[in-house]
Amino acid sequence: MTSDTGFFGRLSWDAFPIAGLIQNPNANEIVANAAAAVVIVGAAAVVFLLSWFRLWGPLWRDWLTSADHKKIGIMYIVFAIVMLARGVLEGVVMRAQQAAGPGDGFLEAEHFAELFSTHGTIMIFFVAVPFVFGIANYVIPLMIGARDVAFPVMNQISLGLTVSAGMMLMVSLVVGEFSTGGWTAYPPYTGAAFNPGVGPDYWIWAIVVSGIGTTLTGINFAVTIYKLRAPGMTFMRLPMYCWTIICSSILIVFAMPPLGVAALLLAADRYLDFHFFTNDLGGNMMNYANLFWLFGHPEVYLLVLPAYGIYSEVFATFSAKRIYGYTSLVIATMSIAVLSFTVWLHHFFTMGQSALINAVFGIATMLIAIPTGVKVYDWMATLWRGRIRFSVPMLYGLAFLMLFVIGGLSGVILANPTVDYQVHNTLFLVAHFHNVLLPGVLFGLLAAYNYWFPKAFGFRLHEGWGRVTVALWTIGFMLTFLPLYFVGLMGMPRRSFSWEDPSFHPYMIVAVVGALIITAALLSVLVQLWVSIRDRDKTRVPVGDPWDGRSLEWSIPAPPPPYNFAIIPQVTARDDFATAKERGTAYPTPDAYEDIEMPRNTGIGFILCVTSGIWMFALVWWIWWLAALMTVAMILAFIIWTFGTSTEITIPAEEVRKEHEAWLALVHRETAVDRDHETATENRGLARPDMEVVT
Amino acid sequence: MKRAPTHSYPGINLGERHASAHKASEVVTFGFWVFLMSDLVYFGLMFAIYITMIDAQAGGPGPHELFDLKSIFAQTMILLTSSLTVGLAMLALKYNLPRSKIILWFGVTLFLGLSFLVLEIRDFMAMVEKGGIPQRSGFLSVFYGLVPLHGLHVAAGCVWLIVLGIQLRVMGMTDLVISRVVRLALFWHFLDLIWIGIITIVYFGGLTYG
Repeated sequence: MTSDTGFFGRLSWDAFPIAGLIQNPNANEIVANAAAAVVIVGAAAVVFLLSWFRLWGPLWRDWLTSADHKKIGIMYIVFAIVMLARGVLEGVVMRAQQAAGPGDGFLEAEHFAELFSTHGTIMIFFVAVPFVFGIANYVIPLMIGARDVAFPVMNQISLGLTVSAGMMLMVSLVVGEFSTGGWTAYPPYTGAAFNPGVGPDYWIWAIVVSGIGTTLTGINFAVTIYKLRAPGMTFMRLPMYCWTIICSSILIVFAMPPLGVAALLLAADRYLDFHFFTNDLGGNMMNYANLFWLFGHPEVYLLVLPAYGIYSEVFATFSAKRIYGYTSLVIATMSIAVLSFTVWLHHFFTMGQSALINAVFGIATMLIAIPTGVKVYDWMATLWRGRIRFSVPMLYGLAFLMLFVIGGLSGVILANPTVDYQVHNTLFLVAHFHNVLLPGVLFGLLAAYNYWFPKAFGFRLHEGWGRVTVALWTIGFMLTFLPLYFVGLMGMPRRSFSWEDPSFHPYMIVAVVGALIITAALLSVLVQLWVSIRDRDKTRVPVGDPWDGRSLEWSIPAPPPPYNFAIIPQVTARDDFATAKERGTAYPTPDAYEDIEMPRNTGIGFILCVTSGIWMFALVWWIWWLAALMTVAMILAFIIWTFGTSTEITIPAEEVRKEHEAWLALVHRETAVDRDHETATENRGLARPDMEVVT
Repeated sequence: MKRAPTHSYPGINLGERHASAHKASEVVTFGFWVFLMSDLVYFGLMFAIYITMIDAQAGGPGPHELFDLKSIFAQTMILLTSSLTVGLAMLALKYNLPRSKIILWFGVTLFLGLSFLVLEIRDFMAMVEKGGIPQRSGFLSVFYGLVPLHGLHVAAGCVWLIVLGIQLRVMGMTDLVISRVVRLALFWHFLDLIWIGIITIVYFGGLTYG
C-alpha cells in the first residue's frame, strides 16, 4: 500500500480507455474503446427504455424488491444471458486474433490476456453460476411442493451480491483494466510486485463478493430441500433434479470457502504487503494453487451436476418413461460430489509433486468416470423403447450425450499424469474443458430454459427457432473446439496471443468460423425469444402441463400464482403428478383453503447490491474514505433491516379459492391433447396421458 | 415418518414451552448450522496454511520470541467463561425466566467478549513492538491472517449481542427474536471451538515446531 491516496485514490483520467485511443490510435485501442462504448450505450439504452415506457415503478415494485423465488430466478437468468453475450463476443475476438495468421494479429498481448481472463471469469462466475441458480431458484420450490425457498430475503441478497460483482467486470471495461492473470489469477504474477495495477483487484473483489452470494445460495437451497419438502416427499421420491441441487449445494457450502480464502489472502498480499504467496520472506505460492483448485474442481461439478439433473428430467419426460435406475443415479450423483473433493491436484500435475502423489490423484480422477458412466447408461436406458419426442430440450440432451462422452474421455486421458505432462497448458486442455462445459453445462441450461419456459411465462417457445438454435450451438461448438484437440496435441500453447507454426493455421481458421456460428447461435436464442413473444397467443398453456410432465411443478397453473400451491400437495409416489394423471386423480378439488403467508417485498437486497458495488470500486481504486463509508453503510443497513417486524403479507383464503377455482374450471373446460400434438396450438397445457405405468 | 418433536436440530432446543418459536426456529437454526460448517472450512484452511508456514519465518521473530502464554491462558479462561454465560442466557430463555435474566447474561457475555478482545489487541501490540509485524514473514502473515480473523468473529459476536439485547427490549419475545438468541448462542460456542483450535495449533503447535 502506498500513501498515494488523494480524494479519488489512484483514479485519474488515464484510467478511461478513450485516453489510450487519443494517445495511440490503433486496432487494439479501437477494440477496447468499442467494448467500453457497448457497455455505456447498453446502460444508457436500458435507462432510456425504462424511462420511455415508464417502467421504473413496476421494475422496483415487482422485481427489484421482490422476494419471490420465481422472480429472483428469472432475474438471475436475464443477468446470466447478458453476461453470456459478453463472454461469447470475447471468445470470438480471441479466436479472430489467433486466426489472423502466424504473427502478432491485431491485439496487443496485454489486451489478449485481459480477454482470456475476463472470458473465463465471466463464463464461470457470471454465466454458468447465475444461470444454474436461476433455474434452480425457479424450479426447486415448485418441485418439492413448497411456497418459497427457506430464506427468501437471503435469496434476494445473494442475487444482489452476484449482480454487483458482475457489474465490476463491466465497469473494468470502462474504468481502468481487468486482470491479465487468467481466471485462476495465480500469484506471484498477480501479486503487487509484478502487477501493481488495478486489474487483479477487480478480479479479487468480484470473486469475494460473488463468492459470498454463492455461499448464501448454497445454504439456502440445501435448507430448502432438507426442510421444506411437502408432506410425503421423502428423499427417495425427490425428482433427480432436486438430488443434483442438494449435491451442488453441499459442494458450494464446502468448496466456496477455499476460493474466498485464496482471494482474500491475495488481497492481503496486494493491499497490506503480507507474504502469503510472494517470492520473498517465506511466501508460498503453491498454497494458492492448492486453495484455488480445492474450490475449482468441486466448482466444475457444482455446475455440471444440476445439468445432469436437468437431462434426467428431460429424458424421462420426452421419453414418456420413468427415469431408469433412479437409485443408481442418486448414488452416482452423491459419489461424484464426494469424489470431486479428492482430485484437485490434477490441475497442476506438473508443479512439482512426487510421482506417487500424482498417481493417487490421477487414479482418483479416473474413478469419477465410473459414476458418470453409470449416469450415461441410465440416460440411454431411459430412452430405450421410450415414446421419444425430438423436442428442443430432447435435442439438446442427445447432442449432450454424444459430445459429452468425447469430453469425458479426453478428461480421462488428461487424468493420466504422464500424458498430462505432454499436453498440459496446451489447447488440448482448452478443448477438453469447453467440451464438458458447453455440451454439459450450457446445453443443459438451454434445455432447461426451453423446458421450463412455458411454466414460467405461460406460453411455449418457438419450436422451429429452437431447433435452429440447437443446430447452431452444436455445429458451432464442434467447429470451434474439436480442432483445438489437434493443435493442442501438435503443441500449441493455450493463451498465446501470437504463434508462428504455419501448420496451426487451417485449424485456427476452422475455429474462428465455428466461433462465428456460436455467435449466430446466441443471436438465434434471442430471435427465438422474440418470435415466441410475438406469437405467444398461439402457444399459450394456461393449464400448465405442456409436456405431459412427471413432477409437481407441472400440476399447477402456468405461470404459477405467487404462492405456487393453493394447497400444499400430499405426495404419495415418486413422479407423483404422472402417477396421479394415470390414476385419474390429478387436479383434485380441495375441501378447504387457508390463508397463505408470503414474504413481503424488501429493498435490502438492492441496497446491499449498490453499496457493495461502490465498496468494491472504492477498494479497487484505493478510495479509502468511500470504502469505509460503504462498510458502515452495509452493516447499518443490515442491522436496521433486522429490526423490521412485518416481514410477511397474508393472502386471504377467499382470494386463493377464487383464483384456484377459476383455474380448475379452465382445466375441466380444456380438451386434453396427446403427444402427437404437443407442439400444436391446441396444446393448452392439459396432457392426455399415454405413458405406460411402470411399477 | 414422524420426527421427534422436541429435538429438531443439534444443541439446546427450545422445546415444547415455546411451541411456535420452536417450530419457527427449526429451519433457521438448521440453516445456521450449515453456515457455521461453511465458516469452519475457512478456519480449517487457515489452520492448514499456518501449519505449512510455521517454518517460513525468513529470519524474523518466531513463536518463542513473540507468544505470551500467560496472556493466552487469561484469554482462554475469559472466552470459556463467556461460553458458560451465553449458555446460561440460553437456559434462561428455554425455561421462561424473565427477559431481564437473558439480557443480564448477555451483558456479562459482552463484558467477557470485550475483555478478551482487549487482551488480544494488547498481545498484538506487544508483538509489534518486538518486530512481529505481518509484513515481516510468511509465518507472521498467516498468524495475522488467522488469529485476528477469530478476533473479528468475536467482535461481530459483540455487535450481535448489543443489537439483540436492544431487540429483546424493543421488540420483545417474538418468535423471530427468540430464534436469534438460539443462533447467537450457537455462534458464540463456535467461537470457543475455534479458539481451542487456535491455542492448540497456533500457540502450542507454534512453540513446539516453530
